[in-house]
Amino acid sequence: MRWRVDLRASVSLLGTIIKYLAATMVIPLAVAVVYMEDVWVFVVSIAIAVAIGVGLERLDPEPDLGPREALVLVSISWFGVAVVGTIPYLLAGYGTQSTVGLQLPLGDGAAVILGALGSSIVNALFESMSGFTTTGATVLGEISFDRHSHALLMWRQLTQWLGGMGIIVLMIAILPELAVNGAQLMSSEAPGPELQKLTPKIAETARALWLIYLGFTVLLVILLYTLSVVGLAPEMDLYNAVAHGFTTLPTGGFSPQADSIAAFGAVVQWVIIPFMIVAGVNFALFWHLLRGEVDVMLKNAEFRTYAGAIAVITAVLSVLLFRGGAPPLELGGTTEGVTENALRQAAFQIGSLLNSTGYATADFAQWDGHTQFFLLFAMFIGGSAGSTGGGVKVIRWLVVFRAIRRELYTTARPDVVRPVRLGGQVVDEDAVRGIVVFTLLYFILLIFGAVFIMIDSARIGVELSALEAVSASLATIGNIGPGFGKLGPFGSYLFFPDSSKLLMVVLMWLGRLEIVPVLAVLVAGVEDVG
Amino acid sequence: MHVVVVGAGEVGTSIAANLAADHNVVVIDIDPDRAEQLKYELDVMTLAGDGASLATLEDAEVGAADMFIASTDDDRTNLVACGTAKTVGDPFTIARTKSVEYLRTWELTESAFGVDFMVCSDLLSAESIVDVVGLPAAVDVDPFAGGLVQMAEFEIDADSPVAGQTVAEADRFESLTFAGLFRDGEIILPRGDTAIETGDRAVVIGSPESVQAFANDLAPEETPDEADEIVIIGGSEIGYQTARLLEKRGLSPRLIEQDHDRARWLAEELPGTLVMEHDATDTDFLAREHVDESDFVVATLDSDERNLLASVLAKRLGTDRVVAVVDNGEYVTLFEEIGIDVAVNPRQVTAEEIIRFTYGGVAENIAVLENDQAEVLELQLTEDSELVGCSIEEAAAGIDTNLVFGAITRDRELITPRGDTELAAGDHIVVFVESSFVEALASMA
Repeated sequence: MRWRVDLRASVSLLGTIIKYLAATMVIPLAVAVVYMEDVWVFVVSIAIAVAIGVGLERLDPEPDLGPREALVLVSISWFGVAVVGTIPYLLAGYGTQSTVGLQLPLGDGAAVILGALGSSIVNALFESMSGFTTTGATVLGEISFDRHSHALLMWRQLTQWLGGMGIIVLMIAILPELAVNGAQLMSSEAPGPELQKLTPKIAETARALWLIYLGFTVLLVILLYTLSVVGLAPEMDLYNAVAHGFTTLPTGGFSPQADSIAAFGAVVQWVIIPFMIVAGVNFALFWHLLRGEVDVMLKNAEFRTYAGAIAVITAVLSVLLFRGGAPPLELGGTTEGVTENALRQAAFQIGSLLNSTGYATADFAQWDGHTQFFLLFAMFIGGSAGSTGGGVKVIRWLVVFRAIRRELYTTARPDVVRPVRLGGQVVDEDAVRGIVVFTLLYFILLIFGAVFIMIDSARIGVELSALEAVSASLATIGNIGPGFGKLGPFGSYLFFPDSSKLLMVVLMWLGRLEIVPVLAVLVAGVEDVG
Repeated sequence: MHVVVVGAGEVGTSIAANLAADHNVVVIDIDPDRAEQLKYELDVMTLAGDGASLATLEDAEVGAADMFIASTDDDRTNLVACGTAKTVGDPFTIARTKSVEYLRTWELTESAFGVDFMVCSDLLSAESIVDVVGLPAAVDVDPFAGGLVQMAEFEIDADSPVAGQTVAEADRFESLTFAGLFRDGEIILPRGDTAIETGDRAVVIGSPESVQAFANDLAPEETPDEADEIVIIGGSEIGYQTARLLEKRGLSPRLIEQDHDRARWLAEELPGTLVMEHDATDTDFLAREHVDESDFVVATLDSDERNLLASVLAKRLGTDRVVAVVDNGEYVTLFEEIGIDVAVNPRQVTAEEIIRFTYGGVAENIAVLENDQAEVLELQLTEDSELVGCSIEEAAAGIDTNLVFGAITRDRELITPRGDTELAAGDHIVVFVESSFVEALASMA
């Protein structure tokens, strides 16, 4: 049996999504107007995006979205959106020294021209994919308003905000034609093994989730801006407040400041910490909380584990830092014996890395080996299902550990029937198998990525340490952002060869969609052709 | 009283035989031969026909009946028969069901399907098994308010840790009421400072969990606790309900079921039970699982033959006590003769419950204690009851008799009565009272 898919229906709906994506470029356009910057970059970007969108839409004027088309749509739309997202980077950087700008050096041989063109396109795609997938890894090189416009840096922040709760979820909320197979679409896109329908209508569920997401974002922006108004954080102007509001809730990690959150004082850092932690919680739980069902949240096994893990790991890291695990650094570094600083740095780094945000207040790449290794461990955990966080996710770890314990127990007593339970609920055996397969795939891809990146880098003469290579792979597939060593929180991915960057683009894409939808489409397609 | 019984199987016949002496009984059975035969066996009128059809019920003069008992083997026939009877007249309807599902539905309104009282044979059987297994020290155990409340009577041995304590010391449990003490043929209404003596019989009323915990205090040797092994063989509905009720009492049984899907379902529904998927009549398996060292084996397989086999195997391996479900009433004595400690017959249990209910008359439910010296009654308070709006203290003071409020259930939740608890219409009250005052009390509810 051939795996038949009406590709044109999927591509046509991708066109619709791109059309709406063009509309969001109005925000950076407005920023350009306010800061009296070059407005043409975004005007042209909008025109190109609309043209692509309308063009693709025409492929199938009445797209009929079945379950297979939905699966394909989710996979290709994240790639398509990332591709369209490169347009402003390429245009804005044209003729400048920007690493992501369109470079057309004249007068050299054709090979050199193509090479330079290729590099800039790969860089722009990396930055765009890193944005939409809320990874936060950057190849921008020098981040400053001298080098890049306010508008472009705001676009970079905005891509993360759009990607956080999910582009498809947003589209389901506003496009009636996507509601038919909305549940299938959402379960492919939303992080976590299971889809939670809050209301009978999927569009209402999507709307509820986006409104909660929007609500938290607005709350954070107001809090941050208030800090600057009352003089507690003068550097946090409206632009910065919005920019960081855009990347905290989606567990993004981009910042228009070269020093990330270290550019701001302790007060700002303390305000951002709870919001980063909130971003890693299942947003459906806040919906229950708003309806007064406090118990649903408090009794949720994943939430309890997530909160517990953050508390314990933060406590351990605080102690490590307190005992001098980090040499005193200029950028918000810790000094031995300063309790508040140790606690704040620990809470911030864990809040940022455990659920894959990727902000930084300290260059943990300079910390002692054991503290770095401890952070690496935290990166493996991930956020909760239904949150904006990346990684393996707390719920999967819970199920995997319980499934392993069950397996060991039934090896000794083969007659015992023991379902895997989560907070009193029985987890379906198919779901258990899916979760185990996902976790295994995650680690296979992680190791494969690390090996490829290490060898590929050596090819162009860049020697990586094992920790750096593993962290590059983990930071991209887990949508975390910063790694260790050269990839530290104030470092950059710029030095990698193009081939490695392309692999990382794929890893980010796979990581955001939780591997299975993308690979399922590929495997089903390839096996049937072969 | 004019009583109509539908179904002349074991249950129906047993009920009809019991009621025939004092009441006018009409028995309906679908099998004409059976109806004809029963006419000579019992002093009742018989009718051949479908008990769920209007014509048959009109022939049986259900319109003038005081009580209608649907006791066929088929749940739906019984429910439809009760519903039909309610359209013809207004008898008090009693339905026998197997499925616990229907019971749960009925409990929500206590009038669903036109049924006034529902007797669930699977649940009743499970309850009697759990009483045997869980409370071996009890002289008498009865469930009230659909199993939410339990009454148990214990004899205090000389070596019981409770002997010599005061009531206040012994009653450490939140939802347990010390209802009464029998000493040398006298009823003593216990106060906090009443001393419990060896040889007393104590009546407690409370949640099944608290009664279980009290039994553990009273007779730690006999009463099973978490450390004791209880093995249930067979995941039938009765087996499932037994495991569920044992779990509710804080025990963790093992349940053996052969069918893969059923075993999985049981494991999902019973988080506190260790479910094993295996043929329970495999001797090697039973030996490997050390069934011989278990304190109780309960056989709840689907056929009597397999239950017999499993019980005999367990006995031969050396299990202490074996309880078996026996579907065919004629086998009960046979089972017990071979050495099975208790044989529970669902039909017999069901018939007894229905008969117990028809005797009660004034009360929803009744348990007679110590040669009818005292009774435990369950009454539902109506809107115009004298007791509605009274606190327990006022109610007790207003009634000139020896009486203890054992438990109250409101909206299917247990409320432990305190002096200031106010009674409301619709409450079920479980009361310990001297037999001579039963009528007076019932008239107030």
